[in-house]
Amino acid sequence: MTEISVIATLNDPVRLGLYDYVCAQDHDVSRDEAAAATGIQRGMAAFHLDKLAAAGLLTVTFRRPAGRSGPGAGRPAKLYCKSDAEHQVSVPPRDYRAAAEILAEVAEVTGAEPAVHRVARRRGSQAGRAARTADPSTNAADLVATTLAAQGYQPYQDGPVLRLRNCPFHVLAGQHPPLICGMNLAFVEGLLDETAVGGLAARLDPQPGDCCVVVASQSKNVNS
Amino acid sequence: MTRLHIAQLNVGVLQAPLDSPQLADFVANLGQVNAIADAAPGFVWRLRDADGSDATSLRPRGPDLLVNMSVWESLEALRAFVYRNGPHLDMLRRRREFFRALDRGHQVLWWIPAGHIPDLDEAFSRLDLLRREGAGPAAFTFREPHPPREVTASALG
Repeated sequence: MTEISVIATLNDPVRLGLYDYVCAQDHDVSRDEAAAATGIQRGMAAFHLDKLAAAGLLTVTFRRPAGRSGPGAGRPAKLYCKSDAEHQVSVPPRDYRAAAEILAEVAEVTGAEPAVHRVARRRGSQAGRAARTADPSTNAADLVATTLAAQGYQPYQDGPVLRLRNCPFHVLAGQHPPLICGMNLAFVEGLLDETAVGGLAARLDPQPGDCCVVVASQSKNVNS
Repeated sequence: MTRLHIAQLNVGVLQAPLDSPQLADFVANLGQVNAIADAAPGFVWRLRDADGSDATSLRPRGPDLLVNMSVWESLEALRAFVYRNGPHLDMLRRRREFFRALDRGHQVLWWIPAGHIPDLDEAFSRLDLLRREGAGPAAFTFREPHPPREVTASALG
């Protein structure tokens, strides 16, 4: 399947809704759950989920529901989760990732990491200021979550902390973790400078599959 | 096939003396980060000086160059500690406050037979090999890893 046909698989509002729902979950999703969450019939959900799996956008696993085993437990349920594969299409051809890899390596060999982190913090502040100006009545926590969502971080609440399901720089972060995770942290710190008036703080707390940055209120969960 | 472990050496040129204010946070966090390493899944061994807590007093290549060397059961275990542990990743993020940028490789990985404990001569010969020839099966990096192969006696040292 070409990159274009993979992306074209998402050119259907129902299918895109299912894809977004599955990607936003912290667990594998059954057909029943996906159908209920997006308000469509189960057969329709199954059809579209399998199309997404055939395109490689979702990964399929089979598992029995918790607490059921042995004879009479029934067939294992078909479950879906986000695939690790990345797809990019640019028309005309552009390759910003290759440029980013070169620049990241230059930053490391020249010791420019602090400058990268300073600029990222400034960008975060700019994003925060823009969000606050656009929506002055929203409370700080919502403003932080909305802005992070708009930047592609897919924030979700996990008890007292806000975690980020997606690293927008995933491949680059895998190649240059101190530089890029630090860049993410600096961006979020800049955002908090402008939106959270000191009530929230960001720190590095890597969890499997997530971006390394978490946001927590400053009184608890101090950097350990 | 002999079971293999992975060894790692990294070096850092100090920005300022270890007892200076600029290095205070590094020194203050070292004990905690080392304790996390010691308890981490897959940890086998790390280099310690006569004092016994860490390797900061060992300066085999000059007074400004700190060395850190350890052995792990797998590349995945090592990577998980280095890049997926909050306190350690935070020290890495801040490393330019403490250590100068090096134009040449500052970290090298290589496979060893389980049970073998590498010395600094072996480690620096791997770092020199990496710097001379780039990543290969005998000396590589996280960014360009090489799969474990049978390690022969001649490949040691």
